[in-house]
This record gives sequence, C-alpha cells and structure tokens, in this order.
Amino acid sequence: MSIEVRNLCKQFGSFTAVDDISLQVGTGELLALLGPSGSGKTTLLRMIAGLESSDSGSILLNDEDATKHDPARRRVGFVFQHYALFRHMTIFENVAFGLRVQTRKVRLSKVQIRDKVSQLLSLVQLERLSDHYPNQLSGGQRQRVALARALAVEPKLLLLDEPFGALDAKVRKELRRWLRRLHDEIHIASVFVTHDQEEALEVADRVAVMNQGRLEQVGTPQEVYDNPASAFVYNFLGNVNLFHGRIDSGRARIGALELELPESVSGEDGPALGYARPYEMNVTRESKDSSAIQAIVRHVYGVGPIVKLELQRGDTGVLLEAELGRKQFAELDLKLGDVVYVSPRNLRVFAEDYSI
Amino acid sequence: MSTATGSSPIRGGESAIVRWILISVALLFLIVFLVLPLASVFVEAFANGWQTYLDSIRDPDALSAIRLTLVASGIAVSLNLIFGLMAAWAISRFSFRGKNLLISLIDLPLAVSPVVSGLIFVLLFGLHGWFGGWLDDHNIRILFAVPGIVLATIFVTFPFVARELIPFMQAQGSDEEEAALVLGASAWKTFFSITLPNIRWSLLYGVILCSARAMGEFGAVSVVSGHIRGETNTLPLHVEILYNEYNFAAAFSVASLLSLVALVTLAAKKMIEDRAGIRGGQL
Repeated sequence: MSIEVRNLCKQFGSFTAVDDISLQVGTGELLALLGPSGSGKTTLLRMIAGLESSDSGSILLNDEDATKHDPARRRVGFVFQHYALFRHMTIFENVAFGLRVQTRKVRLSKVQIRDKVSQLLSLVQLERLSDHYPNQLSGGQRQRVALARALAVEPKLLLLDEPFGALDAKVRKELRRWLRRLHDEIHIASVFVTHDQEEALEVADRVAVMNQGRLEQVGTPQEVYDNPASAFVYNFLGNVNLFHGRIDSGRARIGALELELPESVSGEDGPALGYARPYEMNVTRESKDSSAIQAIVRHVYGVGPIVKLELQRGDTGVLLEAELGRKQFAELDLKLGDVVYVSPRNLRVFAEDYSI
Repeated sequence: MSTATGSSPIRGGESAIVRWILISVALLFLIVFLVLPLASVFVEAFANGWQTYLDSIRDPDALSAIRLTLVASGIAVSLNLIFGLMAAWAISRFSFRGKNLLISLIDLPLAVSPVVSGLIFVLLFGLHGWFGGWLDDHNIRILFAVPGIVLATIFVTFPFVARELIPFMQAQGSDEEEAALVLGASAWKTFFSITLPNIRWSLLYGVILCSARAMGEFGAVSVVSGHIRGETNTLPLHVEILYNEYNFAAAFSVASLLSLVALVTLAAKKMIEDRAGIRGGQL
C-alpha cells in the first residue's frame, strides 16, 4: 500500500493551508510530517484521509485515484490528536465500532468481532480495561485504544495526527518506540504529524519538513539533519547561532571568517547568514586567531553530561549558545562574567531570504 | 467541577455575622418573591375544597383548554426539536457566510415582546394581512384557530432547543463524528450512534425548557387566539378568562396545573443536570 500526493492545494478563505505539495510514501514506510503550527501538516493529513476536500491536485492510494472518494472508501486508519474516542461507549465497543458498521455482506459475526477486538486489545496491552469508559483511562491508554480502533478495520494506511502531543515526556518516549515496533510488525504505510523534531528524527524512516503550506525538504532523518535544504529546515531541527555576513565573489565572509559556498547557495553577491549549532562552537579563554569573537559568560546550565553556556557577544551584544562536555567545561573553569573567545567550528551558509 | 476554593474553611475576611445576614436576605427574598406566590396559587385553588377544584378542572372548557395546550405544545416542541437540531448542527459543524446573523436571529423571539410576536402573525394571516385574502379565498383558517396558536407557539419557543445545543455541540467538536466516518460508518449511522447519544442530555434539557415555555405562553397566543371558549383557549388564556369573571377558585385551580408543570420541569431539569454530571458531560 502506498500513498502518492500530486500537486495538492487547499485554501481556507485567503489563507493557503497546503500549497502545491507532492509526496510519496511507500509500503512499510513511516513518514513524519514535521513543521510548526499553521504549516499545513494536519490539513495535508486530513486531506489524505478524506476529511478535508482538496482545491486541486490528486491523491493516489495504491496507484488508484482516491481524490474524490469519501473517507469510508479510502480504508485509512486515522488517529486523532485528542484521540476522539466515543465517550459513551466502552473500550470494547470503541474498538468494535468499525467492524460493526460494515455492510452486512462483509461484516464479521458477533463471535468473530469479539475475538478480533480482544486480539487487538491484547496487542495494545489493554485487555483488562475492555469494559471501562474512555474517561476512566490515562492519556497513554486512550492513545493505544485509538490506535487499536483504527487498526480494527485493517486499514491500508495509518495516519496519526500529533499522536504523542498530549502526553507527558516519559510516556511519550515509551509510546513512540512502541509505535515504531508496531509499525514494523503490521507493515503498512504510515504518516504521522508532529511539531517535535526530536520525535520525527527518532521514529520516522523519512521526514517531510513543512513550512507555510509548502514542503521544504523530504529525506531520511540523517539527510535533513546533516544537509538541510534551507535555513528554515536548519533552524527548525535544533538550536542555532546566527551570524550575519556577505556573499562576495563566490565566497561567504562572516565576520573575519571566509568560507567556500555550499552547492545549495547561488553565488550571487548579497547578504548571507551563517548558522552553527551550539555543540559546534569552540570556546577558549585565550584568543587563538583573529576570527574568534569575544564574549561574556551570562548563564551556565550545568545539569546532565552537557553544560550549556549563554554567551553575550562583546561587539553586537547578541546572545550565543554553546554546549561543552563536562570535562572540557571543568578544564576551562568558567564563571559568570568571564570573558571568552568563541568561534564556530562548522558554519552553514544560506543566502539571506529567510527571516525567523 | 469545583476547584479547591469551595471546600476551604478559611476564606478571606467576612465574619459569621455578615455571612448570616447575607444568607438571610437571600432566603427572605426567595420566600417573598417565589415561595409565597407559588404557595398562594395552591392555597387559593383549594380554598373552596377538593370538590370545587376537581369541578373547575373537569369543566368542559377547561378540558378543552388542556387538550389544546397539549396539542399546540406537542406540535411546537416536536418541530422545534427538529429545526433546533438542524440549526445547531449547521452552526456548530460548518462555517458559512451569515452564520453570526443566523445565531442572532435564533435569539430574536427572546428579544421581541410576545405581543409583537403574535401581531406578526396577524399581519401575515389576518384578513387584511399579506396572505389573508388568499387564505380566505381558499377557506383556510389560521388566525383565531388552532394553526395560528401552533404557529405563535413555535415562534416564541424556537430558541430553546437550538440555544441549548449550539454551545454544547461547539464545545464537543466533530472529532468523534469524523472518527466514525473514517471507520466506515454512514452519515445516518454516525448521527444515531455517535452524535445523538453525545447530545442527548443537552437535547432533553432543551426540550423540557421548550415544553414548559410552550405550555405557559400567554402573550403571543392571546393575540392570535380570539379567545373562543372551548375552541381556541389554551390553559393560560383560560386562567385569564376565569379570573376576569371573578371566578377565583376556578382560575387558581387551573393555574395550579400550570404551576405543577413548572415544578415538574424544575425537577426534571435538576435530574438531567445530575445525570449529565455523572456521565462527565457538561450542560
């Protein structure tokens, strides 16, 4: 089972929610739609499920045009952000619902439905709660019921809207590993929406980064993290330090640094932005070369194996972040107000057309 | 659900005296303006004994008024149940041009004086009204007949079901319905197995308020009824006629029926609130 989306567009009044998106998801693949709120990722997911109509473009499910099909005919499993469990039904009835509403010809017998529901409930480890009501369950349990309910109708693809968004950090981590294992077992195409880059990078086979209704980049977690296609993607996937500079005759000049331009940047002269992750910053007590920036230590967050420093540039007053190993931090022996010299080890350059 | 403030014994400032004064004033107010008048209805009704009470209610004109009230409110409530449900559905599930106007229009009958509501129908269906001539030609009677009373009652009680449902359905959202659709349920199946069970207490609450108002409506019905004894008199109109004839015992006997309706409504309302509370839904 595969999903193919071609040139999909959707307007809400004057707001463009989905802007000419094309995307493919193969059988057995788990794809994350990652983006900030309002980037159109949930709208795209709802369009694939048939809960939202499209203005133009087409949706192919298993190479068959399903653009005009109603949700029931698409045979998708959909897990809603707030689970949308039927509050007046028990857990058993919730999971059985999709089986019970099928037309008489294909509907299973009562006994078969009972067996299948118990099987699903044991899959999500909730057998003993089958006669409870949704409001008697914890968030994580509700999430698993929602999943069991979606899987009951043997969907050809599984769509999940912010599946872990409403859970606390620990349950979240457990559940997303569990989802990954479950996905590998049932081997269908799955798409999940998230605004949490860590979640997307950890769970998904491929990540599609969305911004303002458009796809910024699609690739494996490694690809999007190591080779972000745009400043937006780079920014969205983690904390960054920003340096202003210029592109000048095919080379980027940022402060006293001079760098080769990456292939993705056109070589036209103009303003440029350089980005470096906090762990890509060198921090020293002495100025080794002229390119280092003088800064003052403003904050030290020292919990855990990594020490995070907040540094204020001496020249522009802009705050920079740096992350050091505990050992290195101890060797430097830094205190608040100390003067240090920082330089980015690895600077990624983009032409300045994007503003945060 | 109440938060911690409710049960805390230590609260800011007010002394026991202030608290007692406040409670006493509130109670006194309640007794003078609510309990006493209600009690007086029953006292007056039974002033000449049981026999007079029963006779006043068993009087053919009174029985006919009871019948007409039940018929008119029965039709009005059923229609408003359907229209209210449809309006609430449209408003809570779709976004469309003029939605806010529709919400305001639903409230219109509450803002307009009932007498004006009645006059609207006189203006439409009266002999010199817009449709009066045509209706007269075809021998159809609306004004000073049962259809007019039903129409006036529908108009006056229109907001009750819709107003009860709209905020509730808006708060509930359409997630569960969408979930049912994705799972393969038809639109009808979704409505009967998901929507209706979820809104049933809210709906019942609206229906009960609507019925109470429909049975008690005086102003609008008075204008369109024509006060024909035994034909177009509803219970409230019958009470007025008896009262104007200085037949106080009979007037209060019939009025006590209306008061009973109010008390039953109150009890039913309380019961629904409790049930809905247990089920975790809010009204």
